[in-house]
Amino acid sequence: MAMGVGGPGLAGRTSTEDAFGLARPEVIVAEIAASRARAGFRFRVIFLLTWLVLVGGLVIALAQSGKVDPTFIGKWGPFIIQGIPVTIFVSLCSIVLAVAFALFGALGRLSRNPPIYAVATLYVSMVRGTPLIVQIIFIYLALPQFGIVLDPLPSGILALSFNYGAYLTEIFRAGVEAIPRGQREAAQALGMQERSIMRRVILPQAIRIVTPAIGNDFISMTKDSALVSYVTIQEVFWRANNAGTQTFRNFEALMIAAAVYWAMTIVFSLAQERLEKRMAESDVRV
Amino acid sequence: MDQVTVSVDHHDPFATPGALTPTGARPIVRAVDLQKFYGANHVLKGVTLEVFPRETICLIGKSGSGKSTLLRCINFLEEPTVGFIEVDGLRVGADPLHARNRAHQEQIRQIRLRAQMVFQEFNLFPHMKVIDNLIEGPIRVKGQSRDQAIATAERYLAKVGLAEKRDEYPGRLSGGQKQRVAIARALTMEPKVLLFDEPTSALDPTLVGEVINVMEELAHEGATMIVVTHEMAFAREAADRVYFIEGGQFAEVGPPEQVIESPQDPRTREFLARTFGKAHVPG
Repeated sequence: MAMGVGGPGLAGRTSTEDAFGLARPEVIVAEIAASRARAGFRFRVIFLLTWLVLVGGLVIALAQSGKVDPTFIGKWGPFIIQGIPVTIFVSLCSIVLAVAFALFGALGRLSRNPPIYAVATLYVSMVRGTPLIVQIIFIYLALPQFGIVLDPLPSGILALSFNYGAYLTEIFRAGVEAIPRGQREAAQALGMQERSIMRRVILPQAIRIVTPAIGNDFISMTKDSALVSYVTIQEVFWRANNAGTQTFRNFEALMIAAAVYWAMTIVFSLAQERLEKRMAESDVRV
Repeated sequence: MDQVTVSVDHHDPFATPGALTPTGARPIVRAVDLQKFYGANHVLKGVTLEVFPRETICLIGKSGSGKSTLLRCINFLEEPTVGFIEVDGLRVGADPLHARNRAHQEQIRQIRLRAQMVFQEFNLFPHMKVIDNLIEGPIRVKGQSRDQAIATAERYLAKVGLAEKRDEYPGRLSGGQKQRVAIARALTMEPKVLLFDEPTSALDPTLVGEVINVMEELAHEGATMIVVTHEMAFAREAADRVYFIEGGQFAEVGPPEQVIESPQDPRTREFLARTFGKAHVPG
């Protein structure tokens, strides 16, 4: 009975209890961690099961209905899936071009030079004020009236990037404005010229801020790129649409297209999440 | 020379060269009859300040008294409304109506090369490593070669005791370390005068000392410094003259023994009493 400081004696203690018969903190901490892990696991399992029931149920119900032709997938699936590279190519080219448009657009929107500001503002206003589908068909079908004839692929990419560039312009402008004033002041105080301040100090930080937004827009772009099927670019939706109307199996064709877009979105979203996580963990704090 | 006339007319009535200043020295920094309006708000009401080579000047006063505005007018981060600045013989007058004029901007840039500023919030470039923060100015602005700039930068980094942080990003440094890097960044530009805008106000109290030590060392080595600060211990230790600003004007100026130890002006006394708390018995 050496340590009987008001608590129960040594004999009555187990290793998980302290002198007062209370659980040891490290035991409690371990239990909290274990119970959190269990709860997290349970959540994920139920989540997956719910998806499985809903999606699986839908698939089974369709198969049972007898109104869906299962052989369609084998016959036309590869044809539709061959549109994936086209969709990705169009989206990638368009997002790269859109970023270039947005860079100039944002610099214009931040300019104190009235004509430059006016041109940039006109661009944003016009593009945001008209439907994307109108812009796409306009470039392909209306410009030839003035002798400007573009092939389907350049037309589609130009229209998509011109459109997304306008929305990204405003995001870039906000990104630049989000850089603390002290950054510009520090560069000015060093004696840097306006041009180098932008190029060396402000833009590199702004680009880090807007990178997630570019990722989001790229994901939206993969779906909006379906609209360029109107200028006969043979991407996923164009192929699905044609396969469907030729065979009078629109349901099957569109289901495949939808599944393809959905899967692409999930993959790109996961990549986007990882990119954001890596940026958050980096040493570079903006 | 009209410079002489102006200097007689607007001579800083308080300017007496400090102990380190050789007699007959000419001021290296002059701010003459500076006035600053923000809209209708009269923030600086005509202050004249002369700083001689190797002097350390402290500007003290309540927040909103105009002390930071005065400092920021010296390197034109704020465009003064009236008055002129002269640094190492280059004079630039206030030109608020044509502040963005190209020639005026170029003159301002020349002033800034001579008067480097250390900010309260450090303002290091977070996307650049410490060493890149330090060589950016020398390479882009002074046109130094990369090797030359790195050599200079490493020397000053060692001077502030952070040689081993050369390849860190600012995000991984403590506030005190960030401010010491910022001081090194200003030093790499080898300016004629260093401007400090409340350099320890954003720091955790335990980190103030390391920054103050660097600043005191610089002061004792003969750097010319204008320091806006609340650190009375620093002012007492390092300043040749202390300027107490109240309502956009100098209320009291003199050596620290006078302004801090036995202030004459009741406004200075009140300010110091607040700063030191009740424990302080002036004089």
